[in-house]
Amino acid sequence: MSFYDYKQQYKNIDFEKFAKTVCAEQIKTILNKDEISEFDFLALLSPAALDFIEPMAQKAADIALKHFGKAIVLFAPLYASNFCINNCAYCGFSTRNDIERKILNLDEVEENAKIVSGFGIRHILLLTGESAVKTSMDYLKSCVKILKRYFDAVDIEIYPLTEDGYKELGEAGVEGLTVFQETYNEDLYKILHTKGAKANYRFRLETCERAGRAGYRNLNIGALLGLDDFSRELFFTGIHAKFLQKNFPSSDIGVSFPRIRKAEGGYQPRTVIADSNLVQAIAAIRLFVHRIGITISTRENNDLRRNLIGLGITKMSAASNTQVGGYAKKGNTKGQFEISDSASVKEVKDMIYQKNYQPVLKDWMQMNGR
Amino acid sequence: MSKDILKIAGLELESRILIGSGKFSNNALIPKIIEASGAQTITVAVRRFDFDNPNENILSYITKGINIMPNTSGARNSQEAVTIARLAREALKTDLIKIEIINDNKYLLPDNYETARACETLAKDGFKVFPYMNADLPSARDMQNAGAAAIMPLGAPIGTNKGLQTKAMIKILIEEIDLPIIVDAGLGKPSDACQSMEMGCAAIMANTAISSSENPILMAEAFKDAVNAGRKGFLAKLGTISNKAQASSPLTNFLRN
Repeated sequence: MSFYDYKQQYKNIDFEKFAKTVCAEQIKTILNKDEISEFDFLALLSPAALDFIEPMAQKAADIALKHFGKAIVLFAPLYASNFCINNCAYCGFSTRNDIERKILNLDEVEENAKIVSGFGIRHILLLTGESAVKTSMDYLKSCVKILKRYFDAVDIEIYPLTEDGYKELGEAGVEGLTVFQETYNEDLYKILHTKGAKANYRFRLETCERAGRAGYRNLNIGALLGLDDFSRELFFTGIHAKFLQKNFPSSDIGVSFPRIRKAEGGYQPRTVIADSNLVQAIAAIRLFVHRIGITISTRENNDLRRNLIGLGITKMSAASNTQVGGYAKKGNTKGQFEISDSASVKEVKDMIYQKNYQPVLKDWMQMNGR
Repeated sequence: MSKDILKIAGLELESRILIGSGKFSNNALIPKIIEASGAQTITVAVRRFDFDNPNENILSYITKGINIMPNTSGARNSQEAVTIARLAREALKTDLIKIEIINDNKYLLPDNYETARACETLAKDGFKVFPYMNADLPSARDMQNAGAAAIMPLGAPIGTNKGLQTKAMIKILIEEIDLPIIVDAGLGKPSDACQSMEMGCAAIMANTAISSSENPILMAEAFKDAVNAGRKGFLAKLGTISNKAQASSPLTNFLRN
């Protein structure tokens, strides 16, 4: 059964009504459990749970410590292209935006890779907009082959592929995938994505399953927070993570909590996700899924990132530049979104050490061709 | 009493505690943990070897003279474990290898079948193989026959600090397997380590219990003491435990009349 079918069992939940029924006693009981049910998880996402944010955070940190120790893996994104056929209302790369479009040629990919690897970064995330014409499979494979010369782990955050596509890129050296569903609300999704390949909700929702079948080690999901009701999005993110963990036991499942950032096009989020909600999300998903990677990107500011470290974050981006080829040439295109933390790798490492955690630059090894 | 030496894979160890390295808040703690625990062997994941970032490279922090046992963390099958073992040998010029093959990223339970296969290939290739495994006799026999140097059954799922949940199975391994049995994973308290040694385990391995403690150095020392106490208890041979007081009206006295 695919996740699309699996999630239908939850389609009649009235999230607003559920949230109103949650009381303090219930949260206390949940916090005493070792394993929590999906409805316990949903209760932890309710406003009532915010009164228990400290014990939730403590418990989450304790679980994370046992599973992952005091180690935080660093990575950096590399944007290869902003050509995109989609018109996502909230994204700087949308076709609606009249921005300069750019695709890196392979020499430029190498030039940027050299710079990022010079920062000490060993894990790279290759990103593109959605254009199978501009960023074809052959182009992506060539990029990956170059990146493998400079990095130990290459993950991708590109447009959804078929299982065969993932296999092909896997053979070139890709071992992990990040794909955000943006919103799990199918009706809203269709309003926000009216055009382009991305209009197919189900195909996007099942992306990780195709990558999982292709043997990818890291499957990273997330909802773009701010598009729809907070507890609903987080609930489905958690259910999705559990589903993937059960069905793809040899893959590591990770989650990100991207909050909408200001981007070209000036999209106004429907709901504003407060810092307290972000903490609530991080703690609740940890109590629900236990062994799950949690990534915090430079969308969040330096102060907040510092404060989140102790909560069980396992991965952080550092020295990110969301412009195409932005490491080599500053300021030549618009980024996908505005970054908030522009700290260098050294500064991020120092920050992690100061929090009594350990930055890990390398947590994988090259095995191809051996 | 003559020195109690653990002879294993060509090493002669006075310390019967192995420590893990991947979960500390700072690599700079590692030499202190080594000292406090008295460990002479430390395991390091090959995936964390980082020669480009010396400050973040675990290997830069390991006290000279300590045996480094690379592990194959990240391997999902025997083929990957063999590849990683060879990378380790290339990088460190050591034949020691701890095999970890995990196909289940929720509980991190090892895959015994794939592990036995990797043991066979690597032992033939001259490695001193330490397989991390689920406490199970037939699998342990397979690994023994494949040429393993020791058997490392888990006490409880890794990272849980739940103690010796597999005690009955580990007792069987101690009885039936001729190789040293080293309990790995799950030991949460010094008393768990002590109990393992009293039962007759040759050594124990600890990681999370030490690294997740509020005072890892003191905890490392506590583990050292517990391992020593348990080992001495084992060597001294524990008295039998009786559940009943001696019967006051013996049932077989009539046989002596």
